[in-house]
Formats: sequence, C-alpha cells, structure tokens
Amino acid sequence: MKFKFSAFDILLYLILCAITISAVYPFVYMIAVSLSGTVPVLKGEVFLWPKQFNLNTYTAVFDNPAIGRAYFNTILYTVLGTAISLLITAAGAYSLSKREMLFRKTFMVMVVITLFFSGGMIPTFLVVRSYDLLDTIWAMVLPGAISTWNLIVMRTFFSAMPQEVEESGKIDGLTDIGIFFRLVLPLSKAILATIGLFYGVSIWNNFFSALLYLRDADLFPLQVIVRNMVLQGAGGANGASNVGGDSLIVDESLKYATIIVTTVPILLVYPFLQKHFAKGALIGSVKG
Amino acid sequence: MGLFRLRWHRSKHLLLLFLPALVYYILFKYVPMFGILISFKDYNPFQGVWQSEWVGLKHYALFFNSPDSFKLIKNTILLGVYKLIFSFPAPVILALLLNEVRVGMVKKLAQTISYLPHFISNVVVVSMMFLFLSPTGGIVNQVIEWLGYASVNFMQDENYFRSLYIISEIWQHVGWDTIIYLAALSAIDPQLYEASTVDGANRWHQLLHVTLPGIAPAIVTLLILNVGHVLDIGFEKVLLMQNPSIYSTADVLSTYVFRTGIQAMNYSYGTAIDLFTSVINLMFIFTANWISRRTSGTSLW
Repeated sequence: MKFKFSAFDILLYLILCAITISAVYPFVYMIAVSLSGTVPVLKGEVFLWPKQFNLNTYTAVFDNPAIGRAYFNTILYTVLGTAISLLITAAGAYSLSKREMLFRKTFMVMVVITLFFSGGMIPTFLVVRSYDLLDTIWAMVLPGAISTWNLIVMRTFFSAMPQEVEESGKIDGLTDIGIFFRLVLPLSKAILATIGLFYGVSIWNNFFSALLYLRDADLFPLQVIVRNMVLQGAGGANGASNVGGDSLIVDESLKYATIIVTTVPILLVYPFLQKHFAKGALIGSVKG
Repeated sequence: MGLFRLRWHRSKHLLLLFLPALVYYILFKYVPMFGILISFKDYNPFQGVWQSEWVGLKHYALFFNSPDSFKLIKNTILLGVYKLIFSFPAPVILALLLNEVRVGMVKKLAQTISYLPHFISNVVVVSMMFLFLSPTGGIVNQVIEWLGYASVNFMQDENYFRSLYIISEIWQHVGWDTIIYLAALSAIDPQLYEASTVDGANRWHQLLHVTLPGIAPAIVTLLILNVGHVLDIGFEKVLLMQNPSIYSTADVLSTYVFRTGIQAMNYSYGTAIDLFTSVINLMFIFTANWISRRTSGTSLW
C-alpha cells in the first residue's frame, strides 16, 4: 500500500517527533552529563553525548554507604511488597470473580467504596502507628498492599476465564484454593506480570510512605536519599567538589548520576514488559 | 437456613482466599474511616480516638476562620481546574494524532516511548525540574542566556509554580493516558469510515463525525472520574516542588494537612481539613455523574 503524504501528515509526524524527543531527551542529557569530565560540564558543553568520558561520578555514587544501604532497602521493599500485594490481590480478585461466593456483592461494594472515599492521611497515619508499624519494613509494604484498581482489573480478567478450567479442577478433586494455585495462576502469567510490574514500580517510586512512616535513616529507600541529595541540596552550592581522593566531580553530574542509578532498573525492565502492560491495563477498561 | 449453610459450605474455600484482602480493607481502609471521628474531637494520643473529648465543629471553624483557608482552597481549586483544562484534553489529542498515523511501526514506537515518563518517580521528576531549571548552569537557563535573555529562577518564583506543575504533569502522563482512548478508537467499526469515505467525507469530517462520537463515552467517563478528584492534587509532587517562598501559589490543602496535621501533630485539625476535601470531592463526582447521565446517558454506576 502506498500513502500520499499531505501537509497534514508532515505536521503530524513533526508533532509526534517532538513529543517522543521530549520524553527521551532528559534521560539522554542526564546520562551524557553524568559520564562527562568536569571541564566540559562546567563550561556547559555537554548536550547529547559524553565529553571526556569517565565513570568517576558513578564510583562516587556507589562509594556512598547511604546509597548502598538505600538501594538494598528499596530492592527489599519492592520484592517483598510486590510478592505480598500480588498474592493477596490475585486471591481476592479470584474469589470476587466467582458468582457462588457468599457475600460477594457485599464485599464488592465494600471494595469499590474505597475508590471514592478514604479516611485520609492522618487517620491512616494514626492507625498505622497504633499497629506499631512505624519504622518497620511493614510500613512500606502493608498500608498500600492492595490497589483497588488493580484488584478490579484482575477480577475482570478472572471473570473472563473459561469455566472448563474450574470444572476440570473439580473433577480432579481440587478445592477452590487448589484450583486457584494449581490451575488458575499458571494460566494467568500475563496479567500477573502486568499487575506485578505496576505494584513493583509504585513501590520502587514510593516516597510518600517513607516520608510518613519512617524516621530511621537506616530504613530509608532510594527516593528519600535522592530527595535529600538533590532537592535539599546536601551537596551545598553548585560547583565542583572533592569527593574522596583527588578526583574533582561536578556536583550537578553527581546528582544526575544518582538520578540515573535510581531510575535505571525501571528503564531496563520497561522495554521488555511494555507490550504486556498495555494489554493488561486495557482489561480493566472493559466495563463489567 | 439450609440454603445459607449450603452456600457457606460451597464457598468456604473462596472466602478463605478472600480473607487476606478482607483483613487488609478492614485494617487499612475502614478503621481509618472511623478515625475521621477525631475531627470532631480534641484528639489526645494518650486517651485514644474513643476517649478523647468531643468538641463539635471547633476544628472546622478554626480552619475557615484562619487567614490561610481562603488561599489554600483557592490554590487547590485553581490547580485542579487548570489540570482539568490542560492536562485532561492532552491525551485525547495525542490519541487522535496517533490514530491518524498510518504507518504501524511509527505508531507503536511513538506509543512505547511516550509511556516511559509515567514510570519515573515524582522525586526524580521534581529533581530533574530543579536541575534543568536551575539559574546556575541548568540547561534551560543556558539556552535562555544563549538567546540573550536573563536567566530565570523558575523554582523559586511563585508565578511559575502552576505552569510548571501542569506542564510536568502532562509530560509524565500524556502518553500513558492515551491507552484507554486508543482502545476506544480501535473499537470503532471500520465500516463507518468506509461508509463515510463513500459519502465523500475527508479526514477532518471523519474525525468530527465518526472518531469523536466513537470515543465520547470514554472521554465522558474519564472526565467524571477526573472531576471527582479535582481537589486530590498529587500530594507528593506539590510537596517536593514547594518551599516557603512560593507558598502563596504552591501551598494546597493536602500539603497544609501534612505540615500542620502530621508534622505539627494537630491531628484533629488536619483530619477536619482532609474530611472537608473528601466531602467536596464526593459532591463533585455525584454532580458530574448526574449531569452526565442527564445529558449524555453515560454514568459511572
């Protein structure tokens, strides 16, 4: 097939080009600056690719014990939190998709109400405190364990699953729990990957819970460290500073390197899961 | 009773599967809802929610009589309304643009790339804003100076706060938010396009008479949801962007609740403001839904 390119098409492609560049360029720029030498950065000569390539900033970032600690914490929260969230969301969604369950309607209403009304920041904080969760790993994992949207998306997915799956399980003498773990979950890898990614990213990026529930610096996740370094200017005035030994590092480059180190896991996972999650996000949009 | 017992027997394993979720909703969603009571009390941590003394609407009166209340409500509503005006239509427009792309690979690539910022944390986005917009060495000011103008201290100037918030909001979410519209677009019957071509319609006519009516229900549904959250300004991002020198535009209800309620430990006072916000949101969503049902027949429930 051949298309005739009109003026409109040219404009269209120019606009889309501008949008995609605006989405990607900030990262290209930050990577370029963080990998460049001091002089070109201070002179403002780096725009697209690194000049006087070196890894000094990254060595400095990884030499910082606070960042190592925070990296470990973030990974721990993300892995633990995603596992818990995914398990109770999937189990809850599966049971809500079964018509024969007692109180199904009541539970569904109870779940949906939370989409429109919540206790708010302070009552939630007080409740979390009264459960003695402040300054524990659980404060990062439990209060947001279920996202109601994700639960509804999964329920819609399970509702569309063929009846035969359940029937074959019943014939084999499995209980509903057995059916769920042995038959349903293995058939739901795509949706589990999608929702798992949503949960993982939101825990990785979570700053709010840490701000609210954590005082102990040993428990801080990466987002808090980045905030403290970049936004509260732990680095002091903008310029070059000596970070251990005699390698001179521009403060700005160090901040970019910290940002890149924080974001890289997401940038790496993203392209692989991209086609799954677009599909997964759609399942929930079917009204049901 | 026999029927009940039969259903109980048949669904007890399902109920067991639902149990963790039920416990979660009770402990972390419903117990806090009862905590709202403290907004009508003088909460004393040693006495707890139930034992603390009732004070009626004292905290509400305190808030509405405080000099900050008008500014806070105005800032919150303005930010919410600007968001509705500027960042709500953005993904609709982008989806319509993507829909006009006829080379499948280009469309796919543009989609994939534009989703990316949605996955970047608010902390990183705001950090990027501070660094890029820095008056000393930030890339934006480098360009401004290169063009011969004086550099601007964007993040410390209250006049730029709203624009920066909205622009960054669009940058973060415009791509991702197209997903739902693209789904609605792909559900439009291709025969409608063929029929309109036969009738002599050009691309503009098709856009107005086939495409837009086709995705109108999706637009209306999302509009209702967005109207219902007009006061729910993303707390994280505003808090990260603001500093006392720009409070005149950047201080909103949720950040004020955090500062006075949590940090200064005026729990009852903060909860009162929070509840006020929730109630206004509920009113908005019911009104929007009612209007939409009356005019277009689209309703959330």
